[in-house]
Amino acid sequence: MKTIRTYASFFRVRFLMGLQYRAAALAGVATQFAWGFLELAAYHAFYAEQPENFPMGFSELSSYVWLQQAFLALFMVWMLENEIFEKIIDGGVAYELCRPISLYAMWFSRSVANRLSRAILRCLPILAAAFFLPEPYGIRLPERPLTLLLFAVSMVLALLAVVAFCMIIYLLTFFTMSPLGLRILFVSFVELFSGAIVPFPFLPEPVRTVFELLPFGSMQNVPLRAYSGNLAGAALARAMLLQAFWVLVLIGGGWLLSRRAIRRTVLNGG
Amino acid sequence: MKLYWHYVRLQFAAAMEYKTSFVLVCLGQFLVSFNGFLGVYFLFSRFHSVKGWSYEEILLCFGIVLLQYSLAECFARGFDGFAGILGNGQFDRILLRPRSTILQVLGTRMEFTRIGRMVQAVVMFVYGLSRCRVEWTLGKGLVLALMLLCGSFVFAGLFLIYAALCFFTTEGLEFMNIFTDGAREYGRYPIDVFGKRILRFCTFVVPYALIQYYPLRFVLDRGARWYYGLLPLLSLLFLLPCYGLYCLGRRHYRSTGS
Repeated sequence: MKTIRTYASFFRVRFLMGLQYRAAALAGVATQFAWGFLELAAYHAFYAEQPENFPMGFSELSSYVWLQQAFLALFMVWMLENEIFEKIIDGGVAYELCRPISLYAMWFSRSVANRLSRAILRCLPILAAAFFLPEPYGIRLPERPLTLLLFAVSMVLALLAVVAFCMIIYLLTFFTMSPLGLRILFVSFVELFSGAIVPFPFLPEPVRTVFELLPFGSMQNVPLRAYSGNLAGAALARAMLLQAFWVLVLIGGGWLLSRRAIRRTVLNGG
Repeated sequence: MKLYWHYVRLQFAAAMEYKTSFVLVCLGQFLVSFNGFLGVYFLFSRFHSVKGWSYEEILLCFGIVLLQYSLAECFARGFDGFAGILGNGQFDRILLRPRSTILQVLGTRMEFTRIGRMVQAVVMFVYGLSRCRVEWTLGKGLVLALMLLCGSFVFAGLFLIYAALCFFTTEGLEFMNIFTDGAREYGRYPIDVFGKRILRFCTFVVPYALIQYYPLRFVLDRGARWYYGLLPLLSLLFLLPCYGLYCLGRRHYRSTGS
């Protein structure tokens, strides 16, 4: 019980810290709204030309895009924390190791908190604005409350998967000592594999199946499509089970990696 | 000008000191913009055209915009770190020297790693050109060259605005991203794709359409009038307000102390 309280307090401190940057959040909201708008305008041009080739309903796509923009901070792997990289490289990690708690759990809870506080500040204005856009460009509440619940659960799973994956990137830095290359390679792969560039339904068939099975397919792909009902019923159940599986694997792998990393950590000078 | 080349040489030598990192970052830049290409590729495996533009034409357009952007970024990204230069008092030092401040800011940082992105742009550009079946004339070649040159200047002007706004806020403004990164990402489609209103905005406010949509129609023989090819020159007018804003900001400048 006590350990949980420790991590909860780490979480709270980070969360409150993130909420301090309100002006930055406002600028971010404007940017993301414009971004989503342009994205939809481009898709709409394709839609106007050949609506029969469009793989999902346009309103489904709209809700996908708006949710993606609103919850950007939860799902984007490229939002890595520079502070953690710096700690690993300049030896600040020694202080972290002195604390009588698990390094993995501490960084994990702190990353989750950072992402949540950022997302909470930004999601409301974007969603609110998107609700007032005319059909089919806006976003609507799903018809059944159950959908909303499933959306929330799969969003939590997606967030855990994203953070667990980021943890692996941090921990690999223990071995390479230079985060730049690793980081940019991983990030650009994940962008593609997670559906940040093109929503999965737009992908050609064999590619799509492979992408769905990869751990990255368990990130934003599932919740964003669950909301609009594009992914529903048995397919959604399967996707969420797969999400849970990958979350366990990523966390387990990261935890093992953290034990190896800590054992071989060498701190230079003091 | 001589001073500028000296800066270029220095920066290049500095970048070459860390070769592995340089190569990795180049590779990363390539991959990032390659994702953009894959996005277009996947969409066109489903659709044949958008607003009457074919796959090859879109690739040509994407290649041109990416090339304009990466050229501008390569030489004018010094403005990107401008918030930092203002914040740590380095700008005071720059003001003391008897040379143009813009030139010196440009010299603080050049991103040669953008070569990764440029390679990508050139490949798409060449592929698009060879597949578009255009009857080439001297005029069209010149228009293409004008597009690249003036386009880089327009993007450089946008970076300059970003820097000028830093004078007032001391911090980088995220919303400028829409005009720089956003233009790069969505500039892959000729601007009429986004509808009339955005086209009008991109003609009269920020002249993206002048360096992309109109001259492209001229090059590809899509019902263009004769003067469409000369519009990139007109886009250079955009640099005047950019420079004006910068000068206004410089007068407004108050040191943050060191």
